[in-house]
Amino acid sequence: MQQLSGSSQVMITAPKKKKRPPLAWVGQGFFIVLAILVAGILISNLIRQPTLFAQFFISGLQLGFVYAMIALGYTMVYGIVKLINFAHGDVFMVGAFVSYFAVARFRLHQWPLAAFPQISPGVGVVIGSITVILLSMVICSALAVTIERVAYKPLRDAPRIAALITAIGVSFFLEYFGALNFVFSPRFIPYERPFEVVAWYIKDGIHLIKPGEAPPDGAITFSNILVIIIIASILVQIFLQFLVKRTKIGIAMRASSYDKPAARLMGINVDSVISFTFAIGAAFAGLGGVLYAIAYSSIWTQLGILPGLKAFVAAVLGGIGSIPGAFVGALIMGQAEAMTMGYISTPMRDAVAFSILIIVLLIRPTGIFGEPEKEKV
Amino acid sequence: MRFVKFFSLLIVAALILSACAQGGSTGGQQKELKVAILAPLSGPVPTFGVSTRDGALMAIDEWNAKGGVLGMKIVPIVEDSQCTPDPAVNAANKVIDQDGVKFIIGEVCSKASIPVSEIANSKGVLQISPTSTNEQVTVDTNGNVKPYIFRACFIDPFQGYVGAKFAIDKLGAKTAFVMLDQANDYVKGLATEFAKNFEMMGGKVVGTESYTATDTDFSVILGKIAEAKPDVVYLPDYYNIVNLVAKQAKEKGINTPFIGGDGWDSPDLDLAAAAGGYFTNHYSPDDPRPEVVNFLKAYGEKYKDESGNPKVPDALAALAYDAANVLLQAINDAGTTDTAKVKDTLEKITYKGVSGTITFDANHNPIKSAALLAVKPDGVKFETIVNP
Repeated sequence: MQQLSGSSQVMITAPKKKKRPPLAWVGQGFFIVLAILVAGILISNLIRQPTLFAQFFISGLQLGFVYAMIALGYTMVYGIVKLINFAHGDVFMVGAFVSYFAVARFRLHQWPLAAFPQISPGVGVVIGSITVILLSMVICSALAVTIERVAYKPLRDAPRIAALITAIGVSFFLEYFGALNFVFSPRFIPYERPFEVVAWYIKDGIHLIKPGEAPPDGAITFSNILVIIIIASILVQIFLQFLVKRTKIGIAMRASSYDKPAARLMGINVDSVISFTFAIGAAFAGLGGVLYAIAYSSIWTQLGILPGLKAFVAAVLGGIGSIPGAFVGALIMGQAEAMTMGYISTPMRDAVAFSILIIVLLIRPTGIFGEPEKEKV
Repeated sequence: MRFVKFFSLLIVAALILSACAQGGSTGGQQKELKVAILAPLSGPVPTFGVSTRDGALMAIDEWNAKGGVLGMKIVPIVEDSQCTPDPAVNAANKVIDQDGVKFIIGEVCSKASIPVSEIANSKGVLQISPTSTNEQVTVDTNGNVKPYIFRACFIDPFQGYVGAKFAIDKLGAKTAFVMLDQANDYVKGLATEFAKNFEMMGGKVVGTESYTATDTDFSVILGKIAEAKPDVVYLPDYYNIVNLVAKQAKEKGINTPFIGGDGWDSPDLDLAAAAGGYFTNHYSPDDPRPEVVNFLKAYGEKYKDESGNPKVPDALAALAYDAANVLLQAINDAGTTDTAKVKDTLEKITYKGVSGTITFDANHNPIKSAALLAVKPDGVKFETIVNP
């Protein structure tokens, strides 16, 4: 990433002085043709089969909002310590597993009904599920702070590449330590949900899909977990905006991101601000992990790798270091994947996702919202 | 000096004694038939090895109780082959060269069975693998059949055929949608064979979608399935993928039956999600045929689990039992232990086994029925037998 920010500065500070390479138009022409082609395919399919398109769009929304929750952690940590925390995807995985153990082993989601039998089951499920999610978030935060203290803090003055490689090491450690039989086991584990997933279809109004009943032709289906993921993701976004812009710790985060030595001189405890950033990012990854596990209902220890990497691509696409950028980038990534699965083929989804990374780095390394001069967290 | 003398005497005595013992055993060879069982009792899949050994030993014990084969007592020699090529080859060399075995039952895993088959075939030793499904076990790389090598299980593509036949004959399906992991040979083999046979039997494959083994989100593929409205969906993957797909399908209101292969056979299969689906397998303990009922009873009486309850034989035990039985039957029918004659008998044999009636095709793969199992919310139930 050193190279990334380095070249971006070249692009922004000295665009006029740089002579255009003679065949630059080939690359640009290629991207323009590609963009026209993609737009053409999408629009023609939208006109031909609007409900199928809408269905793919909903799939993309669900993926995108999950990626958004993970991407926030990447972008915040990068903004403040200039570290790509590759272990972030595995914190996401731990979040899913914590909720699995809380639900399947300890029946934590049923505590309100067990403690107060008089409350309505609906309220009990909501409170129980929120408890499970909060527990996952807290444990993920604790894990991330531990990782930061043990693995990253001693390397704060080392070259950035050292910390990056350490992050990859931590990521592998979490995956393969988790795969031990007495930890999470290497199996694919069917995930027990704290609440039931209910689906609806939209056609002449919104109707519930009853078990064993097929929705009519041309209906668009969606589930409660999609709604929950969207609401949670937007709430997280609003909360972060508020936290960063309006609170004292937010000001401290921005100050530390802008200039660490100066922030330290102003009496900011930069180390605890960094730990706090890791904790916040991990909490949202934990939240994302629980919701992802509820949505896709099968977990294993390498569950976090691909969502983590794609959220990283989303963060780069949006402009790494920028919070709204991560959000927008994640939504674009979700759509790109869903449309690839829909109109090209499913195995191409990862290829397209990572092609986006390459294209962004080639065309606009700072991403959509990235402005090197501006403050970022 | 005296000690050395005494010691050398001792060695000579030991040598003479062992020679006597050797002579004794060669003298009794007319009355004994040695059969080697190569099973992975340690290594990655020890439970497979135990089931295989127990199934084969039970068949041998039953023959001995009836008076053996051709008046000879059958002596099993069990070797641990670890589901790994090197130990399997060592075990094969040991039983052939040291023990003088001419008949081998095993190995379980294809990757171990293939090197063993090379040795056995070159030495004229008859080998029958109970469970190795790779085509290369009985056929060499040039496509020639290894004359002395047989197997007791059907090979992977056959399950695709059975799935297609079941979909058309029993479910009355006219259209099918195929989902496959293109990077997995097992899945690909089943899916291709299913699609081919389904179309040949008059059905129509309305869509094929591939995914990768690490995918968790199948909503887009399921959206296409909902749009295509097939009568069945063929998903011949392992249970972990089946759990994901089936659950997401239920939530989208897709009630199309899913059909799969023996990869579904796992205690971790999500019964609630996969309910309504079917899969093909080598055998089912719920099969009402008398062969299966008797096998189940005898096995349960002979083998108990840790808490003393009768064990339910799995497909490996059933296939090993069949492999041993078909081999001994062939020796009996041939009237000789000459492997060249026994192999000719095997090629023409018809044997009613636990896993179906076995006859061998030109490539020494059994042509036999497959069990079709239905997934119900409370467990996997026997549905029917599909004949080839």
